[in-house]
Amino acid sequence: MTDQNKSSRGKKAALIRLGSYLFRHKGYVALAFLLMLSSNLLALLGPSLSAKAINAINLGAGKVDMETVTTNVILMVAVYAASAVMSYLLAVLLVKLGQKITYTLRKEVFDHLLTLPAGYFDTHQTGDIVSHISYDIDTVNASLSHDLLQICASVVTVVGSLGYMLSISPVLIGVFAVTVPISILFTRYKTKRTRPLFKRRSAKLGELNGYAEEMLSGQRTIRIYGREEAVCGKFDARNAESCQAYYEADYQGALIGPGVNFINNLSVSLVTLIGGIFFMLSVAGTLSPASILFLNLGDLSAFVQYSRKFAGPINEFANILADLQSALAAADRIFGILDTSPEKADSPDATELSDVKGDVCIRNVTFGYDKDKAVIKDMSVTVPAGSVTAIVGPTGAGKTTLINLLMRFYDVDDGSITVDGKDIRDYTRDSLRKAYTMVLQETWLFGGTIAENIAYGVENATREQIEHAAKQAHIDTFINTLPDGYDTVMTDNGVSISKGQKQLITIARAFLADAPMLILDEATSNVDSRTEKNIQSAMRALMEGRTCFVIAHRLSTIKEADNILVMRDGRITEQGTHDSLMEQGGFYASLYNSQFDTAE
Amino acid sequence: MKKILSYLKPHSGFMTFAFGIKSLATMAELALPYILSYIIDYIIRPLEGQTDVDTGAVARRIVIWSLLMMLCALVAVAGNITANRMAAKVSKTVAGEIRSELFKKTMSLSPAQTDFYTVASLESRLTTDTYNIHHFMNVVQRMGVRAPIMLAGGLIITATLDPVLTAVMACVLPFIFITVYGISRKGLPLFRESQKAVDEMVKVVREDSQGIRVIKALSRKKYESDRYDAANRRLAEKEKKANVTMSASNPVMTFFMNLGLTAVVFAGAVRVNASLTEPGKIVAFIQYFTLISMAMLAISRLFVIFSKASASSQRVSEILDTPADLEIRSAEEYPNKENGHFIEFDNVSFAYNSTKNVLHNISFTLEKGQSLGIIGATGSGKTTLLALLMRLYDVTEGAVYVEGRDIRTIPREELHSLFGAAMQNDFIFAGKINENIDFFRGISDEDIRASAVTAQADGFITGFEEGYDRVLTSKGNNLSGGQRQRTLISRAVAGKSDVLILDDSSSALDYRTDSALRTALKRDTAGRTTVVVAQRVSSVMSCDKIIVLSEGRISAMGTHEHLMEISEEYRDISNSQMGGAVLD
Repeated sequence: MTDQNKSSRGKKAALIRLGSYLFRHKGYVALAFLLMLSSNLLALLGPSLSAKAINAINLGAGKVDMETVTTNVILMVAVYAASAVMSYLLAVLLVKLGQKITYTLRKEVFDHLLTLPAGYFDTHQTGDIVSHISYDIDTVNASLSHDLLQICASVVTVVGSLGYMLSISPVLIGVFAVTVPISILFTRYKTKRTRPLFKRRSAKLGELNGYAEEMLSGQRTIRIYGREEAVCGKFDARNAESCQAYYEADYQGALIGPGVNFINNLSVSLVTLIGGIFFMLSVAGTLSPASILFLNLGDLSAFVQYSRKFAGPINEFANILADLQSALAAADRIFGILDTSPEKADSPDATELSDVKGDVCIRNVTFGYDKDKAVIKDMSVTVPAGSVTAIVGPTGAGKTTLINLLMRFYDVDDGSITVDGKDIRDYTRDSLRKAYTMVLQETWLFGGTIAENIAYGVENATREQIEHAAKQAHIDTFINTLPDGYDTVMTDNGVSISKGQKQLITIARAFLADAPMLILDEATSNVDSRTEKNIQSAMRALMEGRTCFVIAHRLSTIKEADNILVMRDGRITEQGTHDSLMEQGGFYASLYNSQFDTAE
Repeated sequence: MKKILSYLKPHSGFMTFAFGIKSLATMAELALPYILSYIIDYIIRPLEGQTDVDTGAVARRIVIWSLLMMLCALVAVAGNITANRMAAKVSKTVAGEIRSELFKKTMSLSPAQTDFYTVASLESRLTTDTYNIHHFMNVVQRMGVRAPIMLAGGLIITATLDPVLTAVMACVLPFIFITVYGISRKGLPLFRESQKAVDEMVKVVREDSQGIRVIKALSRKKYESDRYDAANRRLAEKEKKANVTMSASNPVMTFFMNLGLTAVVFAGAVRVNASLTEPGKIVAFIQYFTLISMAMLAISRLFVIFSKASASSQRVSEILDTPADLEIRSAEEYPNKENGHFIEFDNVSFAYNSTKNVLHNISFTLEKGQSLGIIGATGSGKTTLLALLMRLYDVTEGAVYVEGRDIRTIPREELHSLFGAAMQNDFIFAGKINENIDFFRGISDEDIRASAVTAQADGFITGFEEGYDRVLTSKGNNLSGGQRQRTLISRAVAGKSDVLILDDSSSALDYRTDSALRTALKRDTAGRTTVVVAQRVSSVMSCDKIIVLSEGRISAMGTHEHLMEISEEYRDISNSQMGGAVLD
């Protein structure tokens, strides 16, 4: 019961929220309404003109008033033409309106995605995210541009017909007083029951999308191991689930349209039955003309006609109810993303970090991705401006997490990190992040040209600057061997560009970004030693005068570091220069010595 | 569309049955207004002006006919629900089949073909496009039967009223079909284009959800937002164009129908005047006209959905019809070479997309149980060489042999069962860590554990609370770089395949772990042929044979000692690393 309450509240909320998107385009909506009204009124004018013509015809053979007929026929053509033009304009307007809203929704969802914490993307399948932004929004759009028009048109016809019928026979309308509420209760009951089915259908499609996207990205590995069949089997299971969810929604949804239709047909039959008997009694004189039940033939046939007209749009409405429901389910999923809380906003008195000196101080920092499982424990380090800090330790010791904290991908649970003496939470995130340049172990290039990828950190970089950075990263020569040089577009897998070369491009990006602080995360692991040697010298130039954090591999880097942090299990177990640490003969010394084991 | 319709064929019996039910229901619906007008015209109207009415008899007739109406309504509701449900069943089954076939086909595409179509596009074909087809099948089975019957029924009834007037009205039908057909033909390519624009938009979303950290680190939200906005705007533009084009069909159709009606009134006037017909018939005509025009509207809506589904089915067929790449060739075409070598590269050259050669004249042999190291600068073609060995691409020139057979003649399952490979930044999927090691091969828990021990992964895995049941996120984001690599090596080792391939797969390991890994591999994979690509000399120095690759050519080959003597390049690499070794 509470669940149902919740879901109906949810439905209302989703509707209101969708409505608010419409409201942003008040002008369009008003114009659409105007067009709809006039096009419908014109369409209603048609029958009255034809009625006039028919009255002229009714005079009988040889006496037909051809002049009246011709006039009305011409008028009919004009009215119908005008109505067609209007309804075309209306349709175009609604397409445009729908497109505006879709565009806005897509934009809002995407922009919101960018504000979500990086962790969101670790736990949500890319394919499912794609499904939200394509399938779900499409579904809403289809409903907005088509169903909306139908509903509006229906309302006009229903209200109009109701008025006419009321004026003819308030008694006969009693039939509808019974059947209409039944229709409403029936649809309400049904939609309540089908709503979770439509939600499930959207969710299952998203899951399927997520799985497909994941397996597509692993296609090469699957091929190497020859596991296509097994993967297809798993896909089929999910596919069957998704199809079943679709079917179940359809199965229940299939009831609504014909059901309402039935109730309406029933009312028309009842109207005919009761009306017929009233008329008969009126003719027989049992009912006096003064009686409220009295009916003449013209009234009866008009009433029957209007009641059919009245039923039409209601049927139509019931038929599109299923569409509407899947749209609402999709809207719910979209709003679900929009309501996911973004990275905490910058504090209101946050300042821009500018003229960075680069003094970094980490004080008693504790942090865990799960609150009860600390990955960094009570860590304290002082990093003076311009110094090089090398972070070493076994994999999983918390090195990458430390970088996440420095860049504020996550906020510390306890303690504080300061830059130039001020807590980093008091700076705007953008300005803090801009103060760093970073080369991560995972290269990320997007589907633009190489030049655009290098210039990624810097707006309006000139071609000279880009080429200079590429030269510094020793990737210039390679780029020039490509047929399109710097304008080579990176394709999906960048087949002809190796992982190492991609890494060099991201290094060039770092050169160009030229930030006061530098973070290198195992950046050198994919570059061969020869290129590495060249890079080392360039890197050294880049590090000059900057505060550097290096998750280090190369001994030369480590040896030259001003401070080496040896991390184990989220704690700094040793720190100092290479010589002092070697003297201590601790974990660092044993790590260092282990590399000679390899040279047996 | 043809291809898609062929999937419906096996269900034709069931569908015919459903169509029968639907037709019955539609006819019952059609009968409703007919009965209604019968009651009014033949029971009620004659009463007018009469004074002596046999109320009992008339009431009985009214009740009987009204009950008949209700019966028709009942048949209509029962039939429609049943038929709609049956239609939903067929569509669900067929859409599932199409999607399943499409996925199977997608999985069998060669890497070159996947690169050509792009993952984003394949993904949207698998989902949005198959969804469009599903929707279409559903609608066409419901309205596709109902509307034509309504139309035909309406026309037949009007024809019984007055065939000449019906003919006048029917005159407009060809015009309607021609314009609607023209419009949907125009719409089809527009829908194709908008689907393409969807691909572009999806591409940006995929890229950005994968590179979110870089975007945030460089504060490029604005830039990405603009980049997405451009794709979004283009898509909105294309969709608008397609839908605006299609929105002409409805008003045009209505207008023509109304024109037909007007013609009927006028022709009716002339005919009544000439006493060829009666005024009452024209009135009845107009009533049925509403029915006919409703049917026409439904048909016009079908056209819109058809255009969209047609564009989608073209996109799906395009993939289904893609000729198989990397086919198994006959031994006559690519003869065997019986010289006893286990693996042989014979003068192999290779270019992606037949542009510039990435590998030139590579020749080497490797015996069973031997190990091969490949070392060389970034971009020298190391990974490409491995890809050719596993036949992810076909060589451009020369040939690759395994046990004397050209690999182009070896059935795919047989070839791939030879290899266990851990590639750079390889694939980790959302699932348990033991599932990731097993990789759908049905390997026993003991073997999984043993391989993890070899790969130095057992330590960190058992460190997890859930151990081997630890659930990894997509792409293994909840593991560190080194943990990921060791998981991948476990996977490669676990299959006990004849050939173990490690592509720079220990670069993120600290030296101590790396050294332990090498010792364990030597111990546990003895007798298996190993190919190791590495940046570190220490990773390859103990190999039986080492190839130094330089700009796609073999610049030197031999053992570590031999290369130290003859290859300056190798010496350089070695010295630079030995003098400046690495810590993690």
